[in-house]
Amino acid sequence: MDKLINLKIDGRDVSVPAGTLVVDAAKLAGITIPVFCYHPKLEPVGMCRMCLVDIGRPAVDRATGQPMLNDDGTPKITFGPKLETACTTPVSEGMVVWGATEKVMAARKDVLEFLLTSHPLDCPVCDKGGECPLQNQTMAFGPGESRFLFDEKNHLEKHVPLGDLIYLDRERCIQCARCVRFSDQLAGDPVIGFYDRGRQLEIVTYSEPGFDSIFSGNTTDICPVGALTTVDFRFGARPWEMSSSSSICTHCSVGCNISYSVRREAKSKGRCVVKRVLPRQNEAVNEIWICDKGRFGYHYAENPERITQPLIRKDGKFVPASWEEAIKLVSSSFKAAGKKLVTLASGNLANEDLFALKQFSASLEGKAFHLPGMGGAEWTTRLGLTPGSNLGALGKGNAVLVFASDLHEEAPIWWLRLKAAAERGAMVIVAAARQTRLDKYASYTLRYEYGQEEKALKELIAGKSEAAKAFASAADAVIFYGSDGLDVQGSAAVAGLCAELLVKTDHFGRPNNGLVAVWPSANDQGAAELGWQPSADLVKDLTESVASYICAADPAGISAELAAALQQSGFVVVQDFFMTETARLANVILPAAAVMEREGTLVSAERRVQRFYAAVKPLGESKADYEIVTAIAAAMELKGFPASAAEIFAAIAASEPAFSGLSHEKLAQSEKQWPITGRPDAYFSGTVVENKDGLGVTLILSTTKGGSPTQVKLPELPKVEKGAWLAVPVTRLYDHGAALRGADSMQNRIGNRGLSLHPSDASKLGVKAGDTINLSLGNQELTTEVEVDPGQPQGVVLVRRSMGLSVSAPVEITLRVPAAAESEIR
Amino acid sequence: MSDLYLLRHRQTQGLNQLKTYIAEGGFDTWKKVVTKLKPEEVTQQVKDSGLRGRGGAGFPTGTKWSFLPNNIWPHYVVANADESEPGTFKDREILEMNPYQFLEGLMIASYAVQSHDSYIYFRGEFAQIATRFNERLAELTAQGLLGDKLFGTDYALRLHAHLGAGAYICGEETALLESIEGRLGQPRLRPPFPAVVGLFDKPTVINNVETLTNLPIILGKGVSYFRSQGTEKSPGTKIFCLSGRVKNPGNYELPLGTTFRELIFKHGGGILNDAKIKAIMPAGASSSLIPATDTALDTPMDYESVPALGAQLGSASVIILDETVNISDLVNSTVHFFKHESCGKCTPCREGTYWMAHITDRIVRGEASKADIDLLKAVAGQMQNKCFCALGEFSISAVLSGIQQFRADFEARVEK
Repeated sequence: MDKLINLKIDGRDVSVPAGTLVVDAAKLAGITIPVFCYHPKLEPVGMCRMCLVDIGRPAVDRATGQPMLNDDGTPKITFGPKLETACTTPVSEGMVVWGATEKVMAARKDVLEFLLTSHPLDCPVCDKGGECPLQNQTMAFGPGESRFLFDEKNHLEKHVPLGDLIYLDRERCIQCARCVRFSDQLAGDPVIGFYDRGRQLEIVTYSEPGFDSIFSGNTTDICPVGALTTVDFRFGARPWEMSSSSSICTHCSVGCNISYSVRREAKSKGRCVVKRVLPRQNEAVNEIWICDKGRFGYHYAENPERITQPLIRKDGKFVPASWEEAIKLVSSSFKAAGKKLVTLASGNLANEDLFALKQFSASLEGKAFHLPGMGGAEWTTRLGLTPGSNLGALGKGNAVLVFASDLHEEAPIWWLRLKAAAERGAMVIVAAARQTRLDKYASYTLRYEYGQEEKALKELIAGKSEAAKAFASAADAVIFYGSDGLDVQGSAAVAGLCAELLVKTDHFGRPNNGLVAVWPSANDQGAAELGWQPSADLVKDLTESVASYICAADPAGISAELAAALQQSGFVVVQDFFMTETARLANVILPAAAVMEREGTLVSAERRVQRFYAAVKPLGESKADYEIVTAIAAAMELKGFPASAAEIFAAIAASEPAFSGLSHEKLAQSEKQWPITGRPDAYFSGTVVENKDGLGVTLILSTTKGGSPTQVKLPELPKVEKGAWLAVPVTRLYDHGAALRGADSMQNRIGNRGLSLHPSDASKLGVKAGDTINLSLGNQELTTEVEVDPGQPQGVVLVRRSMGLSVSAPVEITLRVPAAAESEIR
Repeated sequence: MSDLYLLRHRQTQGLNQLKTYIAEGGFDTWKKVVTKLKPEEVTQQVKDSGLRGRGGAGFPTGTKWSFLPNNIWPHYVVANADESEPGTFKDREILEMNPYQFLEGLMIASYAVQSHDSYIYFRGEFAQIATRFNERLAELTAQGLLGDKLFGTDYALRLHAHLGAGAYICGEETALLESIEGRLGQPRLRPPFPAVVGLFDKPTVINNVETLTNLPIILGKGVSYFRSQGTEKSPGTKIFCLSGRVKNPGNYELPLGTTFRELIFKHGGGILNDAKIKAIMPAGASSSLIPATDTALDTPMDYESVPALGAQLGSASVIILDETVNISDLVNSTVHFFKHESCGKCTPCREGTYWMAHITDRIVRGEASKADIDLLKAVAGQMQNKCFCALGEFSISAVLSGIQQFRADFEARVEK
């Protein structure tokens, strides 16, 4: 327990732990000391001089070392000759701080007058207006008029693109260095910095592409002025025109808390639309950050390719239909199929959808299967993280093993949190077949060859190596496992061995111990917790089905075999947003509502169940997945299907032990968090949204899920003929998946480099980064561009998932460099 | 004429050649220190000598060395050769004409705090001097005066010359450390102080070139010899850089406690064209302006006496102004200097120096009003006690003292 220090701030008695900075102590006591350069998540620098306060300390007699007293017996307080910066001064016993005196108010006025001398009068056209700390503090503390001559204002470049995503306005910049410090210290991306000096001090970017960081958007939240704005949102709307709606990002399984800023507008024909995404504070999940994919990946919902009406196949073409007609057709074919209905769901569905679907399938005695991108769910429900877990608490004496996962690409906020954990002294062990960005912060980097994952894990289980011993002796340990180079069975095998390691070293069943799957989808964990399991032979099940109900899944896009199997199914109903490969084979397509158009709950891979709320109305005629299921059930006169999401969740809580005691209401509960966020505190924490709509709850381990699942064997790598290549699937953050569809500012960063080669392999083939290459995969001929990565092993081609090349397991491919002449002939 | 401790090349030809320096007894003290003295003994002698930092702050050198904790290693010594204060040109003469005595001093300081790698930070404009120094360091290594196992002992020492890139702020000790570490030259937050967290986060001593050049004299010729010149509290000699409206500007090594009058009129030959002296700036552009009254002229130039005049002795870069100088022109010059050199880290200095420069420009162009003089004073006052480092604080010295003491000069330039 930290020792408490007692001091007085503006006459108020304050008691805070030793080491607290005066500015934070004041905030905790409800007193505002204005800041610009200070940010509670960054090292203080004392640069802007806005937080100058009068600090007095108990006087001590130099000779005797005794405290000096006034005549009335109270301690004599000596104030320094100069004001001190509250952000760099830790509290001390008996300190007296004055922020509300004339001297301090004059200092604040002076500093603001200085800042406003060359700050441009952009408020009417500046995005930050309305949520601008400089504006707010000028109103609170600043001078009403400037004595500076307008014509003498310093002019710098405006509209400077720092890469594709962020615009810099150098005139507005107040040189607080928050953006530089965030990128350097927190994000580990030293890609921006200061250049020149004095009044000409300006931000530049050193990377190519500019501001090359997947966390760049966060700097626009913490910038205290409108110097950094996103290309995505710039000139989009005024803060006071928008309302906030809380939600959860669905682009990976971290479950970052976000807020959609929405506005009703004329150009959307009076519809309320999403204008931007902001982080919502949840210190146990994403703190106050989100990655750029989450920040800019919301346009897919408004994309013109979105299916907004039910479609029925008639004479080989899709014809728009009414819900009545579509439901009628669907329910009659499902009724006819009965037990021969196969329902397929993915982790892209919310808990309410998954529960309703399972119930629906069960009431017809049909088969229901989970189509996950990764295996091992059965291990995570038994050995996953439990209540009280928080990656932010990992530090010295704790260990984290990251196995077969490139967190920077697959779950950026975990990368950020584990980097911070490593910097707090946690031992991070990264085991992978290639270099990843977490290696830099790892205490141990274990390299294995693709196909040798089992060997690598067995060595850790044997406990003889230094890394293994270190892991075993850690007080708390967590394992993150992924699917780098693995198919579903491969990742399931890995999960089983990770589970064995955790059991052997007794790192499960208590907070901050256990197994975390780096799922590709937002709610694979929820599907697992709700009892969904993959099919042992999905091709067979689909081939033999009389009808199939495919929700938020694209089996035809995974493999040709599954596509063929689907074509064998008598009647295919697809429920999704876009015309996927699977949807093309459907008899009926039902338009599903996107996450911001409905409510529900999701379970993150850390086993935290969190609520999301509707921000806008569903596009066109789309409906929430659970609503569609309920409507089909009603048309089939099936009983016991609750209509609202809250009621469905209540049914989940009643029937699933892991969810017992929970409710939508409970999930909506929040508590005070640190740092303090929210609109009036935008100067302190940035424009991150205060969380008033729920912090979520970590599920308990289900007691019914006892016993050990079957350990699966790691599949053998395919034999590769001479002249051919071994290709393995890997994940890239910026891909051609649905999430980033329509995010124009991201297109250059996404690019079209579907596979990656080691430099020596590239030069053997005669290609360099960015060149086009052809590959033969089975009987498919595909074309893509090449990336070159010196950190990957030689002799292996890394094929990126969701870039148009359907490689979901290690496979043999042949590569051909298109000759110039060839393309002419074609 | 009293002995020279520092500008000894003026008495002995060719002292900047190693073999001449050695022939004159050079590096005998270095050998004695390494082979016969304990590091604490060296520090004690320097404390006893009362030597004070010659870079401007006047802090007791021996005391500064004793701040280094003995449980954190390695230790570093950095020689601050970033001489950039306008009106200061003493270190340059030492570096060009008596370089080996400076090096011997740096080496002695390194031994005292047991640094094995010490640095010389040269201002960017000293590129040629720095290149020459690399040759000098190679010579010393070849002679066995630098390197491993010196004189058969376990002590090793390497010196590294580092070149700046033209920023006055890099003479500020923590900005200097940032520069050596390859970062933008902006001062660091203190505490922690360089004595505990300095170069590469290790305990570091930063000393001025002139300060270090005194050490072979103190350790070689003894504390009493060193103290035989100067005053009780400011012992030794000082190189006074005399410039401005005098007949004989230049470096003058004189005992501390010499009066301004003696420096200006005896050594400096008096004012150009025998005009009337008007003001003294004893510490370069960072000074307050002292009206050249008889009291002022008869004040001894030492660290104790000058503050009575409302200024600091600083680096003793004595700039003389006479009746032909309109102080507003002078202030315009100093303000532009600080505006140009401001690192930009803190709001008051970055914006304040820029603002002051615009006001002083208007004043000297005759485009200002009387209110602008008060505005200039207000802006300077607004910066006071708010800046992150001394650059900002000192940038207002000439402004405030100029308006206070010579307001008429400003008023002569503005519209009625």
